[in-house]
Amino acid sequence: MAERSRVRSAETLLKRYQSIGRVPQRGGGPGRGPGRGPGGKPKNTKDSILRLLKYLERYKFYVLIAFICVLISTGSNLAGSYMLRPIINGLVENADLSQLALSLLMMGGIYLVGVVGNYVQQRIMIWVSQSVLKNIRDDLFRKLQKLPVRYYDTHNNGELMSRFMNDVDSIGEMMNHSVIQLFSGSITLIGTLVLMLSMNLWLTLITIVFVPVVAKVGATIAGRSRNFHRAQQAALGAVNGYIEESITGQKVVKVFCHEDICKEEFGILNQDLREKQIKAQFFGGLMGPVLGNLSQITYAITACVGGILCVTQGFDVGGFSVFINYSRQFSRPINEVSMQVNTIFSALAGAERVFAVMDEEPEPEDADDALPTTEMKGHVEMKNVSFGYNPDKVILKNISLYAKPGQEIAFVGSTGAGKTTVTNLLSRFYDIQEGEITIDGINIYDYKRKDLRSNIAMVLQDTHLFTGTVMENIRYGRLDATDEEIIAAAKSVSAHNFIVRLSDGYQTMIEGDGANLSQGQRQLLNIARAAISKAPILVLDEATSSVDTRTEKQIERGMDALMATRTTFVIAHRLSTVRNANAIMVLEHGVIIERGTHDELLTQKGRYYELYTGKAELD
Amino acid sequence: MKFYLKYMKPYALFFVLGPLLMLTEVIGEVWMPSLMADILNSGVPAGDIGYIVQAGLKMAGVALIMMIGGVGGNYFSTRAAVSFGSDLRSDLYKKVQTFSFANIDKFQTGSLVTRLTNDVTQIQNMTRMGMIMLLRSPGMMIGAVIMALQINASLAAVIGIMAPILISIILLIMKNAFPRFMVMQKKVDALNTGVQENLTNVRVIKSFVREDYEEKRFCDKTQDLRDGTLNAMKLVIMNGPIMTLAMNITTLAVVWFGGQQVIVGDMLIGDLTAFTTYVVQILSSLMMVAFMIMNSSRVMASSKRIKEVMFENVDLNDDHAAQPNLKVEKGHVEFKDVHFRYYKDHEEWVLENINFEIKPGEILGIIGSTGCGKTSLVQLIPRLYDTDEGEVLVDGVNVKDYSLENLREGVGMVLQKNVLFSGTIEENLLWGDETASDEELQAAAASAQAHDFVSGFTDGYQTELGQGGVNVSGGQKQRLCIARALLKKPKILILDDSTSAVDTATEARIREAFHTTLKDTTKIIIAQRISSVIDADRILVIDDGRIVGQGTHEELLATSQEYQEIYYSQQDKQKEVQA
Repeated sequence: MAERSRVRSAETLLKRYQSIGRVPQRGGGPGRGPGRGPGGKPKNTKDSILRLLKYLERYKFYVLIAFICVLISTGSNLAGSYMLRPIINGLVENADLSQLALSLLMMGGIYLVGVVGNYVQQRIMIWVSQSVLKNIRDDLFRKLQKLPVRYYDTHNNGELMSRFMNDVDSIGEMMNHSVIQLFSGSITLIGTLVLMLSMNLWLTLITIVFVPVVAKVGATIAGRSRNFHRAQQAALGAVNGYIEESITGQKVVKVFCHEDICKEEFGILNQDLREKQIKAQFFGGLMGPVLGNLSQITYAITACVGGILCVTQGFDVGGFSVFINYSRQFSRPINEVSMQVNTIFSALAGAERVFAVMDEEPEPEDADDALPTTEMKGHVEMKNVSFGYNPDKVILKNISLYAKPGQEIAFVGSTGAGKTTVTNLLSRFYDIQEGEITIDGINIYDYKRKDLRSNIAMVLQDTHLFTGTVMENIRYGRLDATDEEIIAAAKSVSAHNFIVRLSDGYQTMIEGDGANLSQGQRQLLNIARAAISKAPILVLDEATSSVDTRTEKQIERGMDALMATRTTFVIAHRLSTVRNANAIMVLEHGVIIERGTHDELLTQKGRYYELYTGKAELD
Repeated sequence: MKFYLKYMKPYALFFVLGPLLMLTEVIGEVWMPSLMADILNSGVPAGDIGYIVQAGLKMAGVALIMMIGGVGGNYFSTRAAVSFGSDLRSDLYKKVQTFSFANIDKFQTGSLVTRLTNDVTQIQNMTRMGMIMLLRSPGMMIGAVIMALQINASLAAVIGIMAPILISIILLIMKNAFPRFMVMQKKVDALNTGVQENLTNVRVIKSFVREDYEEKRFCDKTQDLRDGTLNAMKLVIMNGPIMTLAMNITTLAVVWFGGQQVIVGDMLIGDLTAFTTYVVQILSSLMMVAFMIMNSSRVMASSKRIKEVMFENVDLNDDHAAQPNLKVEKGHVEFKDVHFRYYKDHEEWVLENINFEIKPGEILGIIGSTGCGKTSLVQLIPRLYDTDEGEVLVDGVNVKDYSLENLREGVGMVLQKNVLFSGTIEENLLWGDETASDEELQAAAASAQAHDFVSGFTDGYQTELGQGGVNVSGGQKQRLCIARALLKKPKILILDDSTSAVDTATEARIREAFHTTLKDTTKIIIAQRISSVIDADRILVIDDGRIVGQGTHEELLATSQEYQEIYYSQQDKQKEVQA
């Protein structure tokens, strides 16, 4: 093996950490969800535009007014500055004061119309774009509610969040800013050109000759700067990734005295970023002085030629002054328009990502003849059920079981044996491929999905709570529950005692997924949430595996109260929790290898016996 | 500001050259209109083409110099700002590396990451913009004012009236908009939290059939955000029109008053047009300055957050080490009347009156419910935190008298919250000892029962681990972390609940190594399962920060009520079987 070096090389580090690091959005606005570099080229531009237009349809009247306002305001700007021509000419020819006053009033009037038009347009567009953003977000959310659990298994939360915030925001930016700029920039460009042509053909030609020069130089700089920018983003991503990882693991770094190596590796990445950043920002900042001063040169030449024209051809001084102003501003709309093109493309790419989620296959609709059922009794039967997340990789094989109302069925087996999958099938989180599951004798696919799920309450291993009061979190189990019912439910599962000792009792706010509560307390709230629901079927999926034995004891009382009246499916790591089950199923590789009561299984001296007596252990 | 001077000093030349070169652009831009005025005033009326061409060439020359100045200014400013930011980031990172656990807890990792990434970038960008704008806006303003005064002092009064009015209006708008933006940001956060909770809780929502309820709540949030944004934006969008209006009014006023002077012959027409250009220059640079002041408030916030990190007092260091060259040789550990709490202002002790002793090579088990102080206790040994009262002795020497490096070299610790890093398995294991040979590496992995499964991977020890080791199972991760600590060949090995995801059979095999390859190492094991510590030379039972039982398994079973309670809750099943 080659000799190991203490510190990894720049290339290795860059490669590894680029993908981890998050790069803040351009402009670096205040925290808007997890960031991602401005990204991606749109692939299906036409389709995305059509769909965005559909969102605008409701507001088409307002959008029309806004566009008219743009027309008015850009028109007035051009006209207003043109007014200087007669004024200057008048002054040169010693016109009287009243005529000057009249011209100035007119000019002021035109400007005022322009300013009002501009304000009205902005006011309308901000309202329209914010409304559209709300509608898009709502639609996206609505769609997410309909997507199957499978979708969430395969998609990263951070990435979905970024679609809600960054991608939707970039659409807003485009509607509210870029499209208007594009429109007003084009009008200004055309208008200026027309006015210039009307004043003097030769001078106009001089200005136009410089356009391709400016465009060429601009494109060259932009091209180089884009490459450097990309390299900079990658380097920044790597630095951020390294910071994130090493600071998250800072305690391990300390325990291993690894600080010096971290400093050195960080130094390598930081130096790389420094070099790339200087290049990228230098080239990025080149556009301003180069293009700006190129137009100054055009201005100089125009001034020179214009002056000569005044002398030789009798070009009017007023026209000359106005023309020179136009020619100086001529390159501005070109730059503006070209800058907006990038924003628009990245917004369209964002729109595509948003629409991609909206186009995902939702959970299948209920059958038309689905039975409306409100209350089930809790007879559950599985007949020869087989299932795999991929059709070619079977997770569960031929599972059959039967539970009467009020009975407890336990699943035991190592990780990946398929315990959780069984209960997921019951709730129709995934659809079975073979066999049949019935509740109260009716196939679960003949119920409405909502009715089915309302009849199954779940307590999961990962205890997640919502921002809100303790009361609201418990009420999540049944929205119409009264405060008294909630307190009664909390008492029944031994959660009441700790709740009343919280700072505000039942009104205590839970924030950040219940960071202010212990794990046992959070789990008790979850159990109370299940208790308030009147569902006759209860699933406890590793509900106590992440709490210590003592806390488990407290929770156990709550669980027993909960299970007394319900058909319960228990998935457990610790075998002590399943001893009282009416039937215990030992699962291995998706097959039930043993079944029976605790005592029966012990006398069988099989796998369960081995597990129970500690001769073998689950992993 | 004084704090940042240190970082600017090495690049002082760039910091000076950048803005100075930018000044050429300013001078040019102020000069241009006056050259133009010359054409109008002298060239055209006199019909002097030579003069016009001369003036035109002068203008083109000025533009060329401006371009060079602009490019150069941009280069030096960028170089200065990026180098400044880079050094700042580097120093911040180094500072964080010196942080003790207590410092890290105080800031929280997420916040530290933002400070090193976003906040530094924020300051760096502001520095660059600042240098380009520093002399530009005020310079342009001053230059334009001088030129305007030179042309016509009485006309300049118009600007004197207009400018303060404009600035007050803009400041008033921004001042009122600021709190509205804060409200808006809260709505953004609320929306973010809402989405995040929804995504993590998807199974809960689906199983309780709360999709409609969630939708309603979400729509309320988006409505709130829309209203909040509109509320803030409707003020901000007034800035543009008001600015344009102010410039237009000023221009009109100038033409009106100036026009009258032109008519009576007190003023030349070229000067009037130049004057209008200066008016626009003055007002727009004034606006720039106002916006820069506004923007700097955000940078101030970043700066404050960076300084907090830089000036954080690192309370745990080698400064008072009496024997900095001493190394841990034997592995003897003793706690004497140790008291500890995380926050000095809290009244309750996290650990109270801890006394015990372990001899080299012994196994110490620690048992107790979550939150009782087990982890806090062992963290005092490698001095991850300092005791408040009493002392921790390693080989009879107070841990505070060792250098941190020597102490921690001697103590291997597998944390409860295990972290692996991006890189290959080998690279991760080498954290324990960079100089380890392949044989040593594999031996450590074998003792931790990791060698077999690692060999099973296609790339073996060269297998790439994703961030945090996402592509290995929980049990495998724990075993890799143990191997990493074993490679260090520590005199004292601490395992903080680090086999919870490892099955008992494998755990038993790891324990075997304690008696063979790790015979001479002092082992401290925190565990949930009594079976993990049953063969320890001594077991501590901790409850609420105190030792409530101490002895071997048999002794405790006979004497400690707490130990019995834990034991029977885990073992009664076994008794039942035997009955």
